[in-house]
Amino acid sequence: MVGRKKTKDVVLTAVWGENPVFRQILGICSALAVTNLVLNTMVMGAAVIFTTALSGFTVSLLRKYTPRIIRMMVEVLIIAFYVILFDQALKAYWPDMSGNLGPYVGLIITNCIIMGRAEAFANNNPPLLSFVDGFSSGAGYSLVLICVAVVRELLGMGSLMGIPVPFFSSALWDRWIIMVMPPGAFFTLAVIVWLARTMQKDTEEKKTKGSK
Amino acid sequence: MTSSDSSMLHLSIILFTAVFTDNILLARFLGMCSFLSVSRQVKTALGLGFAVVFVMTFTIALDWLAYRYILEPYAIEYFRFILFIVIIAAFVQFVEMAIERYSPVLYQNLGIFLPLITVNCAILGASLFMVIREYNLAEAIAFGFGSGVGWMLAIIAMAGIREKLNNALIPKGLQGPGITLIIAGIMALAFIGFTGVLSGR
Repeated sequence: MVGRKKTKDVVLTAVWGENPVFRQILGICSALAVTNLVLNTMVMGAAVIFTTALSGFTVSLLRKYTPRIIRMMVEVLIIAFYVILFDQALKAYWPDMSGNLGPYVGLIITNCIIMGRAEAFANNNPPLLSFVDGFSSGAGYSLVLICVAVVRELLGMGSLMGIPVPFFSSALWDRWIIMVMPPGAFFTLAVIVWLARTMQKDTEEKKTKGSK
Repeated sequence: MTSSDSSMLHLSIILFTAVFTDNILLARFLGMCSFLSVSRQVKTALGLGFAVVFVMTFTIALDWLAYRYILEPYAIEYFRFILFIVIIAAFVQFVEMAIERYSPVLYQNLGIFLPLITVNCAILGASLFMVIREYNLAEAIAFGFGSGVGWMLAIIAMAGIREKLNNALIPKGLQGPGITLIIAGIMALAFIGFTGVLSGR
């Protein structure tokens, strides 16, 4: 039986304390490219949450039956299985979105976060807790990307999820085209990481690691 | 292909686009993980860059053949994610064994980077782009080679800048990945400047 406190700890660490993007800048490869529109980012985030949660669950379920040597291969196959499911479903029910996201849904397979959670957490924990951990890691990751997307779409296009925002879509606001283009993603993420790291500085100073 | 002359032009445009205007790292955000973590020294960046160019050029050709002759005839295109990953992993493993056996010098310089490459999303990403854009074999190879060179250019430039930044005063929260992302943004701006070269053709 998993205590309620344990579950809460897992969620908090995954979303804030050990947030994969702030702490390690991992896994942004597969998703930064779609952050120019909030809607795209939300679908991408849903795909990542779906995959991390379910692959964590499955890896944990099979952890006692998987030989150590081939465990990486098994993990990759499990992750690929869920990614293919999502990709096919998207293609069937929402072909426009599938076209927008292009190859990036498939690239979730090589997303370091999912593999990292499977290795670091799901291998040593019961299925349900792994599911929660995967879900929160994915959520923490999506949260950061949605922040990036909100800034980019608002400043670059004057809209949110395709709906014009009063001040930003009027003639008073000069649209920052640069925000919709690739450099905008780098700058926005850099500023968000800067803010988050400054806020986390206290905890960081307590356990200074050698990684400078 | 009507005349070899125009097809050569076509291929060189694909190559140029992949290196500069549509740089796989700065415009497509692929291969960021190793870009951020292995860009502290020019020497290591150079080694990793060469390894990426080499692996990307060959795996994109292998993936093209596999897609065209295995996946398409059986109509199992959705299987491509798994097949491409297996091909990339197997190719990297094979190259590692081959150069370890035949060229210890090359192995010392390149060997440590090869395992890193299996998980580099740029390699898989290039193959997936190749499928979406329906390139033929020659176009795919030009695209793979160009993407690899573009990635190498970006990581070497980044390593050069970061070496100079070692003694700079940077706000605490911005150190490490933060400042690297800002530099990457400025580099992306510079690379976008090349767009004009192609629009005048």
